[in-house]
Amino acid sequence: MKLLEYQAKEVLDSLGIAIPPGLVARTADEAAAAASRLGPVAVKAQVPVGGRGKAGGIKLAGTPEEARKAAELIIGMDIKGFKVPLVYCEAALEIERELYLGFTVDRDARANILMLSAKGGMDIEQVAEESPDSIARLYPNPWRGPLDFELAQLAYDAGLGELVRPLTALIKKLYRAIPDYDALTAEINPLVVTKAGDIVAGDAKLEIDDNAAWRHKDLEQRYGAVIQGDPYEVEAKKRGLTYVSLEGDIGIIGNGAGLCMSTLDLVQRAGGQAANFCDIGGGAKAEVVENALAVILMNRRVKGVLINVFGGITRGDEVAKGIITARDNLQMELPLVVRLSGTREEEGREILRRNGIEPGVSAWEAAQKIVELTKAGVR
Amino acid sequence: MSILVDSTTRVVVQGITGREGSFHTEQMQALGTKVVAGTSPGKGGTTHLGVPVFNTVADAVEATGATASGIFVPAPFAADAIMEAASAGMTLIVCISEGIPIQDMIRVKDFLHGYPLARLIGANCPGLITPGQAKIGIIPQRITTPGSIGLISRSGTLTYEVGTALSAAGMGQSTIVGIGGDPVLGLTFRDVLELFEKDEATTQVVIIGEIGGSDEEHAAEFIARGSRLKAVAFISGRTAPEGKRMGHAGAIVSGNRGTAKSKEEAFRKAGVPVAETTDDIVGLLR
Repeated sequence: MKLLEYQAKEVLDSLGIAIPPGLVARTADEAAAAASRLGPVAVKAQVPVGGRGKAGGIKLAGTPEEARKAAELIIGMDIKGFKVPLVYCEAALEIERELYLGFTVDRDARANILMLSAKGGMDIEQVAEESPDSIARLYPNPWRGPLDFELAQLAYDAGLGELVRPLTALIKKLYRAIPDYDALTAEINPLVVTKAGDIVAGDAKLEIDDNAAWRHKDLEQRYGAVIQGDPYEVEAKKRGLTYVSLEGDIGIIGNGAGLCMSTLDLVQRAGGQAANFCDIGGGAKAEVVENALAVILMNRRVKGVLINVFGGITRGDEVAKGIITARDNLQMELPLVVRLSGTREEEGREILRRNGIEPGVSAWEAAQKIVELTKAGVR
Repeated sequence: MSILVDSTTRVVVQGITGREGSFHTEQMQALGTKVVAGTSPGKGGTTHLGVPVFNTVADAVEATGATASGIFVPAPFAADAIMEAASAGMTLIVCISEGIPIQDMIRVKDFLHGYPLARLIGANCPGLITPGQAKIGIIPQRITTPGSIGLISRSGTLTYEVGTALSAAGMGQSTIVGIGGDPVLGLTFRDVLELFEKDEATTQVVIIGEIGGSDEEHAAEFIARGSRLKAVAFISGRTAPEGKRMGHAGAIVSGNRGTAKSKEEAFRKAGVPVAETTDDIVGLLR
């Protein structure tokens, strides 16, 4: 789960990290009221993706009236597929300099990496490419966390020797996001040094590991509902499905992530485009198939569905029966192609045929068939 | 010959009395795997599926001399189970459990530095099988045939798909290893390739990768440096959008990193043909 900026800042605040005064506004009136309390503010769209500024999702407002106008423009905007549910009005900072501070998982090293740089306020990936030496790095021991001398070295390596003490204290606080919240990424960019000499989190990114959601039910309850993602993804999550929305018009169901991904690739190779990724897991139980089909059919763009099930131990006849039941229960009329393989695959295919579904023997053949059927349907 | 597991490997199943543990222990036994012990806290002293059950792995090892472990415990307990297995002296630890928090795995990886002989497969993987001999995990025996092709994969069902195609074409396998779909895992493609390189019975390898991370690129580098193995690769996720996790926790393109294109190019540069579809793999091996 990627937290919104104001949520991430609340978490930072709870860890003892200084954040600028700010207020959440769900309406233009609330934004105006926030500005009259805070003075000049930045009105910031709250979406869990980067690039808000470029998309017009951040506006400066000197007066309550300007804040109202900014909020009117921003609330309800679509930024990279996310509808902006609310804005965060934050007091403008007197900036002396901008630094970068962040943790993330370094997959190659199978470890957390801590990065500190005097070059803040820019995309860190870009900094890493253009001047890799300007980023100081540390792989803290995952059992005990970073030690004082390691953090001092880091600050000196980043050319920030004059800030060793405050930075060491700050980084230790930020590190708590890993053991306390299962953070995969915790980033403060920019980390602002104000003219008064305070160190404040200018922006905040926090991604919590979905695998650890059971350890942080409070976070999910407090913040999960606010993040307005894709409606089909939201519905799929409610039904316990592994589902990702895509741009095309062919619904896809597969068992296993790799198999499902390769099915999307095959559909594209056959000249079509997948509307979604949906992995129903090993068992391919009837109830799960029905849930998956129901979510896919919610999407009006979908013109046909391809189901690709390779049963290792799963029985083909049972999968076929489940698919037929799901189709009938949902009164599905769109083209449906099923590729079924595994134990009792012949019995499974026979059941499909008897019920008016021509089974594909190979995934490639099935992909070609669904693309053909959906194209025919359009014209 | 084979790698990692054969008919002599003495296996302990952690979580043997659970639903998954029970079902797959029976499947392992059906193939002839020597399951010598199981663990289930509080059930020590009982017998399950004809196998003595112990409270802890250390107890199981002392009584049975097990050297390899298969882990079928729920994700919240899996990291501890891996460390328990390593600490009890296991040299092969196969963790099937899906959904282990990434920070747990990072701590596990650090812990395993203290046990250089312990090899971890997974987690979130189907395990491994040496056809006709033994398996630890959930790969169905019926998709396999004994032979000389090594198969390494991040995906479970694609492994079954490719195993079936190879077997149907009369191309048997030495050992099939499912390394798993998590971002922080045990053995990598490269680690398993090194083992196949030393296994005389293996002459060819099939690598089934997917988007996310750069383990495929590292495998390609290994082959480019000179390998006696004839390799074929397949990568799933060509059409996956940036920033979306495609089912597996590790299957995500971040910015321009972890793309199928980068992986395919790395393999081609190393002289490894890349299959367009899984159906093409058999043809490329011939």
